[in-house]
Amino acid sequence: MRELAYYEAKFEALDEIMSADERVHLINGTFLSLSPHRHVYQNLQKKFAERMVAPPISELGFCGLAIGAAMAGLRPIVDLSTGSFIYEAWPQVANEAANAYSMSGGQTKVPVVFHLFHGLRGGGAAQHSGSPQSMLWNVPGLEIVIPSSPRDVKGLLKTAAASDNPTIFVDHTRLLDVRGEVPENDKPIPFGVADIKRKGSDVTLIATSYTVQVCLKVAADLAKEKIDIEVVDPRTLVPFDLATILASIDKTHRVVIADETHQSCGVAAEIAARIAESGFDKLKAPIRRVSTLDVPVPYSPPLEEHIGPNEKRIGAAVRAAVA
Amino acid sequence: MLPKLPREKLLDLCRRMFVIRHFEETLVGLYDKGVFGGHYHLYCGQEATGVAALSCLRADDYLFTTHRNHGHLLARGVDPKRLFAEILGRVDGLNKGKGGSFHSVAPSLGFLHSSGVVAGIIPLSTGTAYASKALKNGRLTVCLFGDGSLEEGAAPEAFNHASLLKLPVLFLCENNGKYGAGRATGAAQSTTMAAYPLTELPKAYKVPAQQIDGMDAGLVHATISEAVEKIRRGEGPQFVETQTVRYPGSETNWPTVPKPTDTSLAWDVSGVPEKAREWYRSCDPVLIYVRELVDGKQATKEEISAIERQVKAEIAAAAEFAVASPYPKPEEAETGYFA
Repeated sequence: MRELAYYEAKFEALDEIMSADERVHLINGTFLSLSPHRHVYQNLQKKFAERMVAPPISELGFCGLAIGAAMAGLRPIVDLSTGSFIYEAWPQVANEAANAYSMSGGQTKVPVVFHLFHGLRGGGAAQHSGSPQSMLWNVPGLEIVIPSSPRDVKGLLKTAAASDNPTIFVDHTRLLDVRGEVPENDKPIPFGVADIKRKGSDVTLIATSYTVQVCLKVAADLAKEKIDIEVVDPRTLVPFDLATILASIDKTHRVVIADETHQSCGVAAEIAARIAESGFDKLKAPIRRVSTLDVPVPYSPPLEEHIGPNEKRIGAAVRAAVA
Repeated sequence: MLPKLPREKLLDLCRRMFVIRHFEETLVGLYDKGVFGGHYHLYCGQEATGVAALSCLRADDYLFTTHRNHGHLLARGVDPKRLFAEILGRVDGLNKGKGGSFHSVAPSLGFLHSSGVVAGIIPLSTGTAYASKALKNGRLTVCLFGDGSLEEGAAPEAFNHASLLKLPVLFLCENNGKYGAGRATGAAQSTTMAAYPLTELPKAYKVPAQQIDGMDAGLVHATISEAVEKIRRGEGPQFVETQTVRYPGSETNWPTVPKPTDTSLAWDVSGVPEKAREWYRSCDPVLIYVRELVDGKQATKEEISAIERQVKAEIAAAAEFAVASPYPKPEEAETGYFA
């Protein structure tokens, strides 16, 4: 089957989305951050120049512009680049976009996509390494998508662009060079359907975004120790596919959750709570979380490596779960 | 002065001003009786701006508004029954009770979203304007906000975008600080805005801006007509500040009505409490407009009274409808937050 790099799959999706629907406009950014592949964005710029806006540095203002445009019939995709920058746009995202459909009694749709790169990127320090998805999960009215593979980024981006709701598309720069199978004419991936990235029988390892790739390495390593790990990727936080996770736990009876949001009130905390409420009787061991430690992200490489959901910490949590 | 419009149109503007005034005064009564308990802000005192300005628009133009939105919705012709019902949180409300006073919408009249964050709508208005330009549908956006909105950072960001992209949007600031409580007349914002006069702020972004008397329906109509024409010609955004009053004078967010408005007050204020007389005599934009209609021989006092009686009956019936409308089922709270 055809193999693509993550960034290629993502750009194929953007190209197909914009070719198919003239209402899609791209607001701000390059959708590739500062990666070496950012030149591919120029192909889009040549092709769709009239549907691309490079606004001033004003996240609050241009997110509002995109939301208003969505209310009036366009389907904008806004690039916030670094995930922490969405904090600058919080009033528009959390107070206006997320509420408009509900407050209007279902009369005003807001089909906007907010694209952002979250997470530990290697020397990003505290203001450029944020993972705001757990805070956003606390805002009803937003769909949250968090891909981890080339096939997923393409399929999920197409669904996000077609959605009638405000959608947060959470990406990770460390995924850009990951390669994987992407079939020609692949179908869009529906929201709310988790994906088993690796089958296993001893422990259910739930992971999101780049951490899925880390967990696949951990699973390969621990297979040598005869620990058979099932890696489950929810793919979307809103809507959330609890059923697939519970079915996996039915088989393994053990759960580890690895995710790059901070530990307190983070993604892993919410998933753990849902499993405890609905699947406590299936568990033979406590649920274990491997999240980013509750500190502002430090700059120096060994410090950054230490606080994140790295292979060492995930491996230790899995061993403890099956002990 | 009166707007330069045919007599029938002038009387229609008068009727719309009455609709707003009697709606708001009735609402105060419902609140005082404990019929509802939510936040609300009144538009009384700003009718000459809202009614005259919105009469310059096309039926398919977009409007964004904030706290004092009742007047804008009613000026545009929203059904008062459904606006009352929304403010009372009833199932027949404009938003099925999900929005309330701050967030009442009417998409068929161009109101897609009303925000309780004062500057929240200003970036959104650049968005609908951006969409209109992209879709080449000729629709204009009017963003209606108060003077306080300019204090938030969203406003200058949006002015910058609108100006750079030459967007078809009219920023209409209703400065209701005139005669504001505890503030020197005519200088209200000097304590909160370093960019003063307020027109300095949009001008810094090359958005043409002017300041006019918002109590003068004729001046508002002439100014907004001209601004709207420029925008439709593709000249980009315009900013107009109209100086208006809060009713009566400078009451708080939950005001009392010294005496329900009646056209007779345009000529005789003897029955009004002493402290409110000056307001009815020289400030109330509805009574100013009524006097101008009669002085300009466009209508007799009797004709105006007849219009007002009809409006009062319509508003009373609308309030009755809303009070009788049931609350939504509690489970409705769990539905309808995704399309």
